[in-house]
Amino acid sequence: MRRQVILFALLTLLLGATFWVTSLGKVGIYSTFTYGDLLHSAWAHFKMVFIAVFIAAAMGVPLGILVTRPGFSPFALPVIGGASIGQTIPSLAVIAVMAPLLGFGLQSAVVALVIYGLLPILRNAYTSIRTIDPAIIEAAQGMGLTRMQIARKIELPLARPVIMAGIKVSTVITVGTAELAVLVGGEGLGKITLTGVFAQEPLIILQGAAPTAAMAITLGLILELAERRMTPRGLRLEPENTLGVVRHESNT
Amino acid sequence: MIRLEKVTKVYPDGTVAVREVSFEVVKGELCVLLGPSGCGKTTTMKMINRLTPMTDGSIYMDGLDNSTTDENELRRNIGYAIQDVGLFPHMTVGENIETVPALKGWTKADQRKRAEELLELLRMEPDEFINKYPRELSGGERQRVGVARALGGDPPVLLMDEPFGAIDPITRLELQNEFLKIQQEIKKTIILVTHDIYEAIKMGDKVALMKEGQLVQYAPPADLLFRPKDSFVASFVGADRGLKGLQLIRTKEVMWKSPPTANPEEKTDVAQERMKRHGIAWVAVIDPDGRFTGWAFASDTQGADRVKEITKTSTVAAGRNAVLSEALSLMLTSGSDVLAVVDQHNRLEGVVTFETIRNTMTEVVQKGVSQ
Repeated sequence: MRRQVILFALLTLLLGATFWVTSLGKVGIYSTFTYGDLLHSAWAHFKMVFIAVFIAAAMGVPLGILVTRPGFSPFALPVIGGASIGQTIPSLAVIAVMAPLLGFGLQSAVVALVIYGLLPILRNAYTSIRTIDPAIIEAAQGMGLTRMQIARKIELPLARPVIMAGIKVSTVITVGTAELAVLVGGEGLGKITLTGVFAQEPLIILQGAAPTAAMAITLGLILELAERRMTPRGLRLEPENTLGVVRHESNT
Repeated sequence: MIRLEKVTKVYPDGTVAVREVSFEVVKGELCVLLGPSGCGKTTTMKMINRLTPMTDGSIYMDGLDNSTTDENELRRNIGYAIQDVGLFPHMTVGENIETVPALKGWTKADQRKRAEELLELLRMEPDEFINKYPRELSGGERQRVGVARALGGDPPVLLMDEPFGAIDPITRLELQNEFLKIQQEIKKTIILVTHDIYEAIKMGDKVALMKEGQLVQYAPPADLLFRPKDSFVASFVGADRGLKGLQLIRTKEVMWKSPPTANPEEKTDVAQERMKRHGIAWVAVIDPDGRFTGWAFASDTQGADRVKEITKTSTVAAGRNAVLSEALSLMLTSGSDVLAVVDQHNRLEGVVTFETIRNTMTEVVQKGVSQ
C-alpha cells in the first residue's frame, strides 16, 4: 500500500514535469514539442510496447508451460537459457542488429523488443508450473484427474498470478527499452528524448523521458491490479499456522 | 478384496524397489505397510492405484485385474490420502472434497451433501468449514480434509501414505483414535503406509513388514510382536515389544465389568463384607447417580462407620477405548494398582487392575489377540 502511494506521487511529479516543459513552449533556442506531438509519440510508444509484449506473451507463456510437460523437460534448459542470453545482450545492441536485418521501421523495433521482453514472461511461465507443490499434483493424479484436467483445473489457476507477474515485469522493461526504437526508425517517445540529447537540452530530454517513466509506472500499476484480480481467492489468503494448533474457542 | 501377486518394481537403472511381494487384504480390514524408509512400502502402495507402474506381477481388486481398468477410472474408486495432503489451495474445503464426486458426474446437490456428510464424519462443522480455503486451516484440520477428500467418491478402498505423519504428536494421537472410530463405521478396505511401529500396532488389523523391497512378515500385530518370524522383525519391533503389546488391547475388552462398589452412605462393615466375598481389598465408591467418586480400602475400615469417611476421592480414570498402555501409565502415575473405567459422564463402567493387565498380556503372548 505504501509502495503504491509513493508510485502515485512519482507519477504526479513526472506528469507535472511533462506539462511544465510543454507549457514553456521554448527552451533556449529550441521550441519544445507540442501537446499534439507528445500525444502522438506516446500513442506510438504504447502501440509498439503493446504489440511487442503481446507477441512475447503469445510465445513465452505457451513455450514456458510446454517445457514443463514431461516429454519436453529436456528442452527446458536450452529454451530458458536461450531467452536468458537474449536478455544479457545489451538492449541497444539487440536493436542495432535489427536494422540491417529487417530494415528501418516498426518491425525491427518490435522484433528487438520481443527478444528483450521474452525472458521474464518465459521464465515466470516455466517457474509458475514448476513451483506448484508436487503433493498437489500427486493428490490430483491419485484422485483420477486426467492430465488435461490437472492442467486446466489445478495447474493453470495456480500458475496464473505468476504468469501475470512475468507479463507485468516484461511490460515495464519494454516501455523503457522502446525509447531506443527510434534508432531503428521506430516512432515513440524516444524521438523526443533523442532530440533533446542531440540538442544537448536537458529539459527536452525530460519532455521525452518523464512521460516514458510515467507510462511504465501506470502500466505497472494496472497490470498489478490485473495480477491481483487473477489470483484465485484461496491464494490471496496468508497461510496460517501450519502446526496442529487448535484456534477455535470451544462453545461449551 | 485386494490381492497382490508377486508384485515387482524394477527401475530403469536396475534398482529393485519391490521384489515379488504377495499378500491379500480382506474386505473391511486395515492393512499397514510398515518398514524402514526405502523398504518399498510406498512404491508397493502406489502400484495399487498405478501411480507407479509395476514391472511384474498382478494386483486384483475384487477379483478384477486392476491393469485392465482405465487408470483414471480405477483411481476414482480408490481413495488416496498422503502425508503432505496436497489440498488444492485455490479451492474451498467443499470443492476439494467434491473433486471425485464431480469427476463421477454426481449432481451439484449430491456433491454438496457428500461434502457435508464427510465433514461431519471427521468432526468438522460443515457450516464453519465448507467455504474455507486450505490456507485458513490448521495442520490437523488440513489432514482431516485430506481424509474427507479421499473418501469423497465413497470408494471401497482407501490408500493412505503416512496420513498422520506431518502433524504434532497430540493431534496425531487424536486423529488416529478418531480415524479408528470412523473406520468402525465405514468399514473400508484400507492400506496404510507408515514407518511408525506404534501406529502400525495401533491401527492395523494386519501388518505387512517390509525390508529392502521384500515382504518379511504379514501377520496381525500381536503375531508380529510375539511371534516374530526372524531377527529382523524382532529387532524392528524392539526389545520393549511387551510394552508395545499393551497397545493392542483396550480397557473395555478386559475390564471387570461389574466390580464391587459401595455407596458413600453405606456402613463400612457391609462394604468390607463385599470385599471379602470377592477376595479383594477395595471397592469403588460411586454416588447415587452411578458416578465414580473414589476408592475405599479394606485397610482403612477400622473404626469407621460409613464408607464416605474412608473414601479416597480420585479423579483418575480411563475411557473404555483407552489402550492398556494408557491404563497402565495412569496406574503408575497415580500410584494405584486399580483403575476405574468410566464413560463420558464419569459413570463407572468397570475396573482394570495390575493383575488384569498381567494376565491379559500372558495370554496374548501365548495365544495372540482374539479378533
